[in-house]
Amino acid sequence: MRLINRKPGISMSAILVGLPFVLVLIAYAVGSDIRLSENPSDKLLPAPSTILSTAERLFTEPDRRSEKILLWHDTAASLRRLVLGVGISAALATVLGLMIGLLPHVRSTLAGFVAVLSMVPPLAVLPILFIVFGLGETSKIVLIVVGILPFLIRDLSARVLEIPREMIVKAETLGASTWVIAIRVALPQILPRLIQAVRLSLGPAWLFLIAAEAIASEQGLGYRIFLVRRFLAMDVILTYVIWITLLAFLMDLALRSLSRRLFPWTEASL
Amino acid sequence: MSFVVARDIFLSYLNRPILERVNLSVEEGEFISIVGASGCGKSTFLRLLLAQEQPTRGEIRVAGADPAREPGLDRGVVFQRYSVFPHMTVRENIAAGESFRTTWGRFFGSERRGALARADATLARIGLDHVAGQYPATLSGGMQQRLAIGQALTAKPRILLLDEPFGALDPGTRLSMHDFLQDLRAETGMTVFMVTHDLEEGFKLGDRVLVFDKPRWDPTDPSAYGATITYDFDARDGGIPFQRIEEDTHVLRPA
Repeated sequence: MRLINRKPGISMSAILVGLPFVLVLIAYAVGSDIRLSENPSDKLLPAPSTILSTAERLFTEPDRRSEKILLWHDTAASLRRLVLGVGISAALATVLGLMIGLLPHVRSTLAGFVAVLSMVPPLAVLPILFIVFGLGETSKIVLIVVGILPFLIRDLSARVLEIPREMIVKAETLGASTWVIAIRVALPQILPRLIQAVRLSLGPAWLFLIAAEAIASEQGLGYRIFLVRRFLAMDVILTYVIWITLLAFLMDLALRSLSRRLFPWTEASL
Repeated sequence: MSFVVARDIFLSYLNRPILERVNLSVEEGEFISIVGASGCGKSTFLRLLLAQEQPTRGEIRVAGADPAREPGLDRGVVFQRYSVFPHMTVRENIAAGESFRTTWGRFFGSERRGALARADATLARIGLDHVAGQYPATLSGGMQQRLAIGQALTAKPRILLLDEPFGALDPGTRLSMHDFLQDLRAETGMTVFMVTHDLEEGFKLGDRVLVFDKPRWDPTDPSAYGATITYDFDARDGGIPFQRIEEDTHVLRPA
């Protein structure tokens, strides 16, 4: 039988899904054990038990100086920036994507400009953002917007252009104005794609967020990681990394189920 | 003056002629079938009637009005595919025929209830009331086309344009769609233009059958000349519109 036709059963797939995670954990535990047996005060690969106890401390014990649980504060600060940045981008991209996709004049004006703009490396303009918007919250949110907005606009305008011309013409023959075609025909059809595009851009959004926090910030997940790096506190860094990964994964999951709930017609077929 | 008048239509894309010297006048209530080989401009002519495209020369007038510059409420259309909105339920698709002309494209409150009730009545008439709450993707091809026709008629257009509406359907469904269309026509008395590549279908449904072809043909440059109406056949009464034959002649007639 060809390899392409061999499919794992239900239990086998469950095992296969878990396998890489388990392998990485084992590899880490073994590596950490080897280093710690050579030098018990080694900080590079702390034992899994150390990480666990550190994580417990970080999640529950308040900081001695500020008397706040820093991890939750960092999470709140980072999520606020992320949600604002991604939300603003998504809203702008929807409006601009619809306009570029539906209106030939706007398309001629903006499509090329957005294509060029999307080639600007966002991190290269970060210093400019810090100078223009200061070191506060604005510059971090703007960095996320600058980073993911061009991609979102291009993706959504392309999706609007993919709507069959027949459907637009049909709406015209039912007396729909440009506005009605935008909100009743085009918008509902790009919303599922918007959620998908936002899911894809969450990765870059986190990247830009952590980069901005690492360079200039007073709180936030990225800030904390780069702060404790000076003390080689790998247990703290690893806890934060796992926490960020978990947050990103949960966001992705939430968006996917939201898309399924809101747009049943995308999956409706015989 | 006739209801639909096309006068001296020329259409070229970048100097390549597609249609030349197309003249046509159609009375209100006529059913016009348009047949022809692939690429002979019959769908293009339908797009001109729809005002989706503009002729290079000449003009098309409906009911004496000025030539339309874009598709509008007076022309209903059903394409072979993509004629219904996938994100709306069957009932909402019908209601869209009334609500899309409003500012927000939807009705609210009692207006909405009224429109949905009328949509349900339409669905009962076209035999789709049992799937009113479903999305079009769950419907068979024939049901989708019936929905598309019902939706187009809800907007009460002056003329109905059909671009190979049954081209993707299986033969049995196609026959029942013919009955459906003939019933609707008897009810509404609508002027219909239908492009088809099925000759039998064209002669069966049409009062007139227009053949599009290229009367001039350059073998070294097939695209040198455009197509026009080469034949305008009166297809009423099985193609014998003027004589009333009393005896049974066993003439083969379309079913």
